[in-house]
Amino acid sequence: MNLFIEQTLNGLQLGFTLLMVSAGLTLIFGIMNIINLAHGSLFMVGAFVAADVGGRTGNYLLALLAGIAGAAVAGLIVELGLIRRLYHRDHLYQVLATFALVLIANQAVQMIWGLTPRSVSAPAFLDRTVPVLPGLPYPAYRLAIIATGIAVIVFLHLLVERTRVGMWIRAGRTHRELVGAFGVNVRLLYTLVFAVGAGLAGLAGVVAAPFLSVESGIGDHFLILSFVVIVVGGIGSLKGALYGSLMLGLADTWARTYLPDLFGRFVDPSAAATAGASVASASIYLVMVVVLVVKPNGLFGLPDE
Amino acid sequence: MVGGKVKVGMITTLSTGAAYLGEGIRDAFILAFELDGRYELDLIVEDDGRDPAFAQQLADRMLTRDEVDVMTGIVFSNVAGAVVPQVVNAGTIYISPNAAPSPFAGAQCHENYFVASWQNDNQSEAMGVYVASQGYDSVIALAPNYQAGHDLVAGFKRFFGEVDEEIYTELGATDYAQAIAQIREANPEAVYFFYPGGMGIAFVQQYIASGLEIPIFGPMSSFDEVIVDAIGDVSLGLFNSSFWAPDMDNEANRVFVEAYREKYGTTPTAYAAQGYDAALLLISALDANGGSASDIAGMREALKAADFESVRGKFRFNTNNHPIQDWYLLEVIRDPVHGDLTNTIVATILEDHEDAYASDCPLTG
Repeated sequence: MNLFIEQTLNGLQLGFTLLMVSAGLTLIFGIMNIINLAHGSLFMVGAFVAADVGGRTGNYLLALLAGIAGAAVAGLIVELGLIRRLYHRDHLYQVLATFALVLIANQAVQMIWGLTPRSVSAPAFLDRTVPVLPGLPYPAYRLAIIATGIAVIVFLHLLVERTRVGMWIRAGRTHRELVGAFGVNVRLLYTLVFAVGAGLAGLAGVVAAPFLSVESGIGDHFLILSFVVIVVGGIGSLKGALYGSLMLGLADTWARTYLPDLFGRFVDPSAAATAGASVASASIYLVMVVVLVVKPNGLFGLPDE
Repeated sequence: MVGGKVKVGMITTLSTGAAYLGEGIRDAFILAFELDGRYELDLIVEDDGRDPAFAQQLADRMLTRDEVDVMTGIVFSNVAGAVVPQVVNAGTIYISPNAAPSPFAGAQCHENYFVASWQNDNQSEAMGVYVASQGYDSVIALAPNYQAGHDLVAGFKRFFGEVDEEIYTELGATDYAQAIAQIREANPEAVYFFYPGGMGIAFVQQYIASGLEIPIFGPMSSFDEVIVDAIGDVSLGLFNSSFWAPDMDNEANRVFVEAYREKYGTTPTAYAAQGYDAALLLISALDANGGSASDIAGMREALKAADFESVRGKFRFNTNNHPIQDWYLLEVIRDPVHGDLTNTIVATILEDHEDAYASDCPLTG
């Protein structure tokens, strides 16, 4: 039972980390109709800036703020310098251009910070375990990530559902031209959405950094998972990003835990461990296939026009 | 005085969390040629990004367009598994500075394939002996799910005996919370793990943060100087196994470590030592062939003789062109002179140790 609870917490923590990346990705994709492969690079920028500032100052809060700001600024530069020219282009151009950015970003962080992985220290008050249940200590830092993820989704919900900007964002998802016709500065709106998404990716990079090794290409893995999340959840839907992230986080963790055991009932343990690990790494894609068969536009996707 | 020009194709890993592994190999390889000073090294270096298919394209280009004399550099066994057959079957010599997957040590060994590092399993075999000798009965073994991960777990089991559980994680995985929860549940007496590069940093950091206090052991590749430096003081006193340590007491090693520190400003890792030895091995073969790599039969013969001063002291090739060498127990300490975290040899575990597959290899001599 303790194993199940610990793995569920792990799954939630992975899910909420994914949420921070995929919320921005889904807004950018759904509202601006831009496929941004460089979203994972913004995650990486957040992690590296935090590692740098944290390493110099030893202050986690400063590292956190710098990481978010660094990613948001990088996002602004990308939007103003590149993405802006691609709004009316085919998705293929966007994929090519943003993939080039991924390669450039990976190389750039190696040139700036070298080939050796870096690490970020967790803030002292979270650098311990708390007893979740008797006999089950759990790292306080990972609980803090779950709390951060909840705060992010509440913030985004209020932003999108309760503010004027949010109203434009919602309208922009379905009636792009009309929003412009009503006198909303769509360019500014898009830049804002892009910067917020970039900042969230940076936030994810910073909060994940203390237990990862901060290395070039660190965001690529999260980018792929996040695309799966937004396809499962429905493109452009925050609610979809939330449900998709948690579903995939839990599916991934549970599959890795229980599949090798399950296989072990049929083949020898060593082969089961290998086969279980291989199938488990495909589990999120199985979830995606099942969801798309039942709901071709994702859980909360808009119907085709 | 022999001299000449040699064209070497180096496919190695210079991105991902294992970038510093390839960096060490590359830098030390260049350093060996610089210190020797007699040969003009035309080195073509490419980053494989740990991607076997991409590495095959790179190898194809080096073999056909660049027409390199010799190839080397591969860090990861999944990349080696794809590229090595392509190289050696094209009639080009490959000298491995790291990866040595088990299939190429046994039935699929090749006269053009030489390993200057170790056979994968060897890394864990010494630790299997040590962990068993410490009285641990129940052990969980963890490794990435690829050829070398399977080889290292097999090597550990060969000398330790059966383990309670084997956990395989994705190659390049960043989050080990799920595996750590399984360790907590199984509550073994010891944990054996093989996580090279950034994977090692991530795993150990998360393991410590999880509050688990079960002792951890691993091969050198889980405790290299970069990893222990990133983990910090909690790594002090941890044990691992290797064929080499920076403070190894022989003339060749003193020259190497001092020159490496001088040029690159850090203590060399074992990967750098392997890259350095790969270059020394190549130089020795060039010397024996009048400075030219064009006579492949002559090169093969000279490589097999392994007539060079290895930084690890004793070095000779088995029939399958994999080394026979000593294996040591290493402890993480703080370097008394330079102040950084490093490894030191505390005992010899296996002497003149060979790999388990040599008898399956049809090569002789």
